[in-house]
Amino acid sequence: MNSTNIGKLEKISLEIRLKILDIVYKTPGGHIGGSYSVTDILVALYYNTMKHDPKNADWIDRDYLILSKGHCCLALYSILEASGYFDETFLQSYCHDGGLLGGHPKKGDAPGIEATTGSLGHGLSIGCGIALAHKIKEKSNRIFVVMGDGEMNEGSVWEGLMFASQQKLNNLTIVIDNNKLESLDLTNNILSIEPLEDRLTSFGWDVRRVDGHNHDELCKSLSSYASTTDKPIAVIADTIKGKGVSFMENVPMWHHRKLKPEEYQIAFQELGG
Amino acid sequence: MRNAFNDVLIDIARKDESLVLLVGDIGFRVFDDFRDEFPDRFYNVGIAEANMIGVAAGLAMTGMKPVVYTIIPFLVMRAFEQIRVDLCIQDLPAILVGVGGGLSYDTLGPTHHAIEDLAIMRSLPNMQVLTPCDPQEVVMTFREGFSHKGPTFLRLGKGGEENLLTKNTIKDRVPGKINTIKTGRDILFICCGPILKETQEAVDILSSDYDCGLINIHSLKPLDTQSLADNFRNVNLIVTVEEHSIIGGVGSAVAEIIAQSTINVQLLMIGIPDIVTKQIGKRDYLLKGHNMDSKSIAKRVHSLIVNRRN
Repeated sequence: MNSTNIGKLEKISLEIRLKILDIVYKTPGGHIGGSYSVTDILVALYYNTMKHDPKNADWIDRDYLILSKGHCCLALYSILEASGYFDETFLQSYCHDGGLLGGHPKKGDAPGIEATTGSLGHGLSIGCGIALAHKIKEKSNRIFVVMGDGEMNEGSVWEGLMFASQQKLNNLTIVIDNNKLESLDLTNNILSIEPLEDRLTSFGWDVRRVDGHNHDELCKSLSSYASTTDKPIAVIADTIKGKGVSFMENVPMWHHRKLKPEEYQIAFQELGG
Repeated sequence: MRNAFNDVLIDIARKDESLVLLVGDIGFRVFDDFRDEFPDRFYNVGIAEANMIGVAAGLAMTGMKPVVYTIIPFLVMRAFEQIRVDLCIQDLPAILVGVGGGLSYDTLGPTHHAIEDLAIMRSLPNMQVLTPCDPQEVVMTFREGFSHKGPTFLRLGKGGEENLLTKNTIKDRVPGKINTIKTGRDILFICCGPILKETQEAVDILSSDYDCGLINIHSLKPLDTQSLADNFRNVNLIVTVEEHSIIGGVGSAVAEIIAQSTINVQLLMIGIPDIVTKQIGKRDYLLKGHNMDSKSIAKRVHSLIVNRRN
């Protein structure tokens, strides 16, 4: 990918972060820390890697994106709006009484939301089912599941990891937003998932590791489809929770919090708004 | 019941390519024919029920019709939240076929007994709950569940159940509606599942003294409430019989109808009491231990009426 295209993706990521900031500021709060860690991953997928059509959300040949860490839906919503799946009335109503979009993604609430998520540890198995269906139908769609590192505490995730390699679901890619923080503390201090690369490799996955805020690395890793191997792909994207705003980065408090006016101003400036 | 299920499964799979069978490493040799005929539509997903339900949801989201089969506690209790979120909130067409309803896994003990499943599944929005009483009704309810647009829980026994419905009762059977096996003015028995056998025998015992009616319910949800309420107005005593906890099953469903109506009728709920079964033995032994064999049922009803007179 050339530097011009990388620059475009970086600019989109900044716009998405500003959009998320605006929405969180206007509402009783949102999961801003995780939304900022996953922003670049989702931008790379929607603006570079995935086959999709915002004007035809149910296009039969599209690639699928399941946001398994559903609490970070503000990043997904913002990207779906920015890319044309729905207009601004959806996002502006986020978590308001009678609103169109809630605090976790719900299938059917808006075009482009592929699955209802929010309870962690569900998305991978759903992705496995979609991938299996496409294998049965001999279709080439790719299925992406974006997960959190804390989410990997869930036992169901490891059931799904075994299933995907057992069934040779090489049309399935998981991206782990590895921000290394859960709600209250570091993942390593709660229920460590390390050594993650070794664990995923031993579970039969094609494992790649990238800087989750580097669009060049993300795009190269996500776009190289291992069609010659039977293994599903796992991309460990090392990220920073709260990425882009100095007082939020790696601070557990910003897992879910409302912004004060002065905090909003500082964040707005740091993001280049 | 298991064999009847297997037969209808193969029959539908031959006509509908979207049917996919997922099993949780349960059903030794039961599905060999299905697997041999449809190798790309049979998946033993292993002892990983939470993943199995998620996979079923993903299949259903892409136009397949998954049938999920394993022992009831592992199916609906281990993976309850996956059923709630992935299947019910998303309202997807998957059929959960649970084997071992009630006490049918008798000697395997309380880990394998399924006596809370109807209460649990009945509480979920969008979930359809079907309770066939014999192999013939397994075939009918499975076809009905397969054509349903949302999730279905189909409760089987274990195997070896005999046919209970006669040609006439099958002829009168309407999907989703109550099935009146016998009319009567004194006592109305209501039951679901294979415990119909013991209930019918109890009715036979009591028939010399009382005019007993008998209704079989194969669709606990949606429930044919209007027809039930119409029947309740004409009797003095209702007796529900279920191979399930007395909390949350057929008896509770009937009580909910009565409580929300102006009908003045007494209800006796016969089921498994709110205890952990500690006895060890075959199903008949356990039923007797819970006073749910036909003689005990008849005795309990008779005693209630005699005490009421006194």
